[in-house]
Amino acid sequence: MSVSRRKFLGWLGAAGAGVISGGTAKAASNKHFKGYPDSMGVLHDTTLCVGCRSCEAACNKVNALPAPKQDFTDTTVLERKRRTDSSAFTVVNRFKQSESDKQPVFVKKQCNHCLEPACASVCFVGAFKKSPEGAVTYDESVCVGCRYCMIACPFEIPAYEYDKALTPRVVKCTMCHPRVLEGKLPGCVEECPTEALLFGERNKLIKAARKRIARFPERYVDHIYGENEMGGTSWLYLSARSYEQIGMREDLGVTPAPKFTEGILSAVPIVAGLWPVLLTGIYAVSKRKDKVAQEEQSQAVAEAVTQAESQAEVKLKKALVLAKKEKEMAVKKEARKALEKAAKAQKAAEKKAQEEATEK
Amino acid sequence: MSDEAVLNTKPITPPAQSLYTPFNVIAGIILIVGFIITIRRFTGGLDAVTNLNDNYPWGIWIGFDLLAGVALAAGGFVTSAAVYIFGMKRYHSAVRPAILTGFLGYALVVIALHYDVGRPWRLPYPFIAQQGTTSILFEVAACVALYLTVLFIEFSPAAMEWLGLRRARNIVVKLTMLLTIFGVILSTLHQSSLGAMFLMAPSKLHPLWYSSYLPVYFFISSIIAGLSMVIFESSLSHRYFAHKMDEAHLNEKEGIAFGFAKAAALVLFGYFAIKVVGIAMDNNWHYLTTSYGTWFLVEMLGFVALPCFLYAVGAREKNLNLIKWTSALTVFGIVLNRLNICLIAYNYHLPADEKYVPHWMEIAISLFIVTLGVVAFRFIVTRMPILYAHPDYQDEH
Amino acid sequence: MEFYTLQEFLTYTKGIAYLLIAAILVSVTGFWLFLTDRDED
Repeated sequence: MSVSRRKFLGWLGAAGAGVISGGTAKAASNKHFKGYPDSMGVLHDTTLCVGCRSCEAACNKVNALPAPKQDFTDTTVLERKRRTDSSAFTVVNRFKQSESDKQPVFVKKQCNHCLEPACASVCFVGAFKKSPEGAVTYDESVCVGCRYCMIACPFEIPAYEYDKALTPRVVKCTMCHPRVLEGKLPGCVEECPTEALLFGERNKLIKAARKRIARFPERYVDHIYGENEMGGTSWLYLSARSYEQIGMREDLGVTPAPKFTEGILSAVPIVAGLWPVLLTGIYAVSKRKDKVAQEEQSQAVAEAVTQAESQAEVKLKKALVLAKKEKEMAVKKEARKALEKAAKAQKAAEKKAQEEATEK
Repeated sequence: MSDEAVLNTKPITPPAQSLYTPFNVIAGIILIVGFIITIRRFTGGLDAVTNLNDNYPWGIWIGFDLLAGVALAAGGFVTSAAVYIFGMKRYHSAVRPAILTGFLGYALVVIALHYDVGRPWRLPYPFIAQQGTTSILFEVAACVALYLTVLFIEFSPAAMEWLGLRRARNIVVKLTMLLTIFGVILSTLHQSSLGAMFLMAPSKLHPLWYSSYLPVYFFISSIIAGLSMVIFESSLSHRYFAHKMDEAHLNEKEGIAFGFAKAAALVLFGYFAIKVVGIAMDNNWHYLTTSYGTWFLVEMLGFVALPCFLYAVGAREKNLNLIKWTSALTVFGIVLNRLNICLIAYNYHLPADEKYVPHWMEIAISLFIVTLGVVAFRFIVTRMPILYAHPDYQDEH
Repeated sequence: MEFYTLQEFLTYTKGIAYLLIAAILVSVTGFWLFLTDRDED
């Protein structure tokens, strides 16, 4: 590796900072989308609904849904709260403030056809589409059946055909998209006897709803449900009571669904861009560390060897010196011995000579 | 050298042993029951075997098999990153078992998905029919598909050594670094994205579990799950396949447990910290006194803080037994967290009698799939060089 | 190109992002090889 360690550490820091900010970055956060112009919607004035279930019957008929267990004229089904299911795109529920409530409120429930649908945002085959006419349509031919749309829908609308083995579909209101394209009214709107349902351009419906609230302030709460909920829906509601009391959640907020995951989706390419840099950086650093460690080790070994060598040399020298000394000593010793011997011999000779001399 | 040679020539199953061992009998029963339910599932639809309904479109096949399964299979990327990228060569003998566990884990996740989705033969549709690029699930699907491939390639040298395909094996081994880096990128993306899937349901998931940090929580906890699974799996392997292990595995085993326990303790500490930050960011303190709050505290204290402390004690005191049990506790805690998010804290606004309880056949299929994994794991480690280095390739790491 | 909804806009931009990711991952591999193939080790 020819890159300095400091450079690499710098890259690591940069990659880390990029990732942290990438996680919170939201592309296009200043862009605003107003939805399709002149798109259609339905205004449901719950104060006008009498709970006759004609809309349910009409929906069943125009969509060729299976016959219900109890007939649509039977209002005992209103005893318990219902939700949409695989055989009913729409249901009417009754809400009483108390058991003796003489003026219960009836609310029709169906797909609200969000301007920015959560189901469309989460579908990994793009089976849901917001059409320019207003309907959120579902394309059965690509649906895998993961049911993420049902997890995501804040209004708990899509249902699934759990009983079908081979061709299960997600089921929900289509806002009668094919009929609307033909210039007809949605089935439910057409059959409603009390004008509790009003079909028209969403912008105009909002104006109409505001007018009603302005004209009868004591009759309506000052809130058009669906104007801003989850970024706005094509179905709009008017009510005399708080929406919480008539089974509609008021805690959904006004954020369009795609915004919830926009941030994390923009972090994906950032991770793909910087992770290779970060990881190869760490790899290079650890490899370099290994190399340095290895070099240090081999250096240490080499040093140890030379040290051992020089030590051996010194020892040898010492040994040589010692040997020399010993040799000298030995020579001296020998010389001394020889001298001593010679001296002894001399002495002996002298002694002998003396003895001889005394003998004579 | 001679030891391994002996090991390798051992008969695959000792001929004297009966087929009716307790393991084989229990696994056999589960597989037969699972097979029967499988037929039911694909002839009668989801209704015939599950309690799924319109309010609970996702049951334990997603909560356990997908969410927990993917988290627990994170050992592969965690271990290979530690060894090949961070250069912790002393854990080298843990790589192959971890890659194998990861590969089997992801393969089982994909099998489980075939049971759960309505039309499983359409699973490639996001890539070949129409791309829903705004969906987090699209990213998850792409990453899981790619990562399963990466894991397969990473695992393949073991199979090639077994089959004697020396040249192919050497080519794949050269790709190790590239595959490891790809594995980490893909894992970062899809582990976090599994959490990000629930960002779409702020009105349905209880505020204590919902957080804009969900992707980070899922990613960090997957590292914890991966580390714990390596410890857990290695202690089981050591118990049942010790005769298959070579010197290096037996010698490195304790060091791996201590090192991974230390790492897991540290990551658990960080995980606990960011979970607390999450509560503070959304000002959710007041929920802690509710019944969901109690449950949240059980998860946080019993399955995050406690294992963090126990791992630390185990690593300090070199207590292998404590570390083993803590790894099981931690794995259970991660599974609990995924079930909390997908099922228990999901639809918290619905009355108790509308809550989903899995059908016994759903549990049987989950068991069936886990059993498939155990059987496959056993088949492979008793044949291929997973727990020992192949004698022909001894010195090549 | 005009977008009426955020969903449309994101489908388009994220589609490009995925193509970019593929391009980034392939090119970074090549670039790394270019960067290091004259290294001695």
